[in-house]
Amino acid sequence: MIRIENLIKLFGPKKAVDNISFTVAKGEVLGFLGPNGAGKSTTMRMITGFIPPDSGSIQVGDYNIMTSPIPAKQLLGYLPENAPLYTDMTVYGFLSFTAELRGLRGAARKAAVEKAIDTCFLGQVAHQNVDTLSKGFKHRACFAQSIIHDPEYLILDEPTDGLDPNQKHEIRSLIRNMGRSKAIIFSTHILEEVLEVCTRALIIDRGRIVANGSPSELKAMHPDAGSIILKVDGVIEAAVKDKLNALNYVKSFEILKVKENRVTARVYPKEKGSLFAEQLANDANQCGWRLEELHTDEGRLDEVFRQITLPDTVKQDSKKKEPVVTVRI
Amino acid sequence: MNLALRNIYTIAKREIGGYFTSPVAYVFIVIFLLLAGVFTFPLSDFFARNEASLNAFFVWHCWLYLFLVPAVGMRLWSEERRLGTIELLLTMPVTGWQAIMGKFTASWLFLGLALALTFPMIITVNYLGNPDNGVIFCGYVGSFLMAGAYLSISCLTSALTRSQVVSFILSVVICLAFIMAGWPPLNTMLEQWLSPNMVSALSNISVMTHFAQFQRGIIDSSDIVFFLGVIFFCLFTTGVIIRSHRAG
Repeated sequence: MIRIENLIKLFGPKKAVDNISFTVAKGEVLGFLGPNGAGKSTTMRMITGFIPPDSGSIQVGDYNIMTSPIPAKQLLGYLPENAPLYTDMTVYGFLSFTAELRGLRGAARKAAVEKAIDTCFLGQVAHQNVDTLSKGFKHRACFAQSIIHDPEYLILDEPTDGLDPNQKHEIRSLIRNMGRSKAIIFSTHILEEVLEVCTRALIIDRGRIVANGSPSELKAMHPDAGSIILKVDGVIEAAVKDKLNALNYVKSFEILKVKENRVTARVYPKEKGSLFAEQLANDANQCGWRLEELHTDEGRLDEVFRQITLPDTVKQDSKKKEPVVTVRI
Repeated sequence: MNLALRNIYTIAKREIGGYFTSPVAYVFIVIFLLLAGVFTFPLSDFFARNEASLNAFFVWHCWLYLFLVPAVGMRLWSEERRLGTIELLLTMPVTGWQAIMGKFTASWLFLGLALALTFPMIITVNYLGNPDNGVIFCGYVGSFLMAGAYLSISCLTSALTRSQVVSFILSVVICLAFIMAGWPPLNTMLEQWLSPNMVSALSNISVMTHFAQFQRGIIDSSDIVFFLGVIFFCLFTTGVIIRSHRAG
């Protein structure tokens, strides 16, 4: 388990990381989200022992990274931001070098290098010089060094940055598979990635953790989460309004679109739950409306992210501009 | 092999490989040998001296290294910082000290190789006359130690900056100061203003003064301690600089 407690890092007067605490257990894939400069990379650099924290403790497995850095680093695999590589080496030579520093020798080293090359699809460029590679290959070569010793803990700083959609997909499934047996922390700007790969996500803003939960829990923080989009045919707007006003389990609703006799509305329940959709479907059927669409909105992570991480002044402005048409019952 | 030595060996091996996969190593060796030859033969009138010794060869070394050693050392850490690989290297299970030693040893061995390739000088002088090979051996030991001292200074300046050019210039200036402190014309001039004790103290921190002993065939422990002391001090300071960069 990686356990981080009350981590603080100052860069001059600026608090880059401000009292962060969290844990990641094996079998978990923790997504690190946050705007640029939020403190994600700084936190990762502290976990991997590259920069020392000003206060707080970092426990990697049984070791504290500050007091016993070498055994702690042995348990970690790290992909730094921008995937740095020695440009004067071949991919094979580079991986061989990192394997050797990881304590692998002889046949074990050869096997580890070949496995990493296979896993990261580097076969065709294995004997090519690193500076002749495309960005995607460079990124995967650096990713390969992070998993070469099959570490228990993986820290990946933007592992899919600069990859094409196919490569992104490959790396994501790799992370998901490895996440079953390892503890993985990875940072990203791509929110779908979090939904696809993570078991838990942390949102960091200005050095603080502002949200911590599973991707679905974070999505549920959206104000529209749990509401139902209802699209019915063969009925006029007034009739829909009357009926929805009369239903006692509906808290409020808004008409989104009216086109001929087709009405689309967003309906908010008094109590969020799975029964709501069923009740609404039954009532719509009883009224003789033809249901074209009825689905529960699970909320949108990008909106939640914006809500949480936008500076307060911008938030107020954007609230003013939002045209919200809500009919209160 | 113990773990620390293993790590130093692995890092040194990579560094040396890095020299030889790029043209740097070959260009350096060719220029070094060429300049050593030019300084020894046409500039010092090696043959006209009619001496069976390599004095004419060694006397130029502190000037020869002034530009060539910083050219080898300037990239040691500045390149790591520019490429960002320092983050990769220092998050591996190696200590900062092992990384510094690995890189330094590799470059020092490389300089040693360049120096060893001047062996035709020994053959020439042995062919032409009957030199004291012990003195020649002392000269080589001194020259190698002096190259190490210059290199450790370059190592320090390369840790200060991401720019290899800045690292090179800083290193040349510091090395020059280490030569000038014992340069006879400057010392004679300083004697007009300073007491003889102060001038001799100043010349004692010069590489020139200490290297001169080796040229005479004297291996004095104080000279060895001087060169090793400079190396240790500079590498230790390099470690401090790297640690302070990481602390932010």
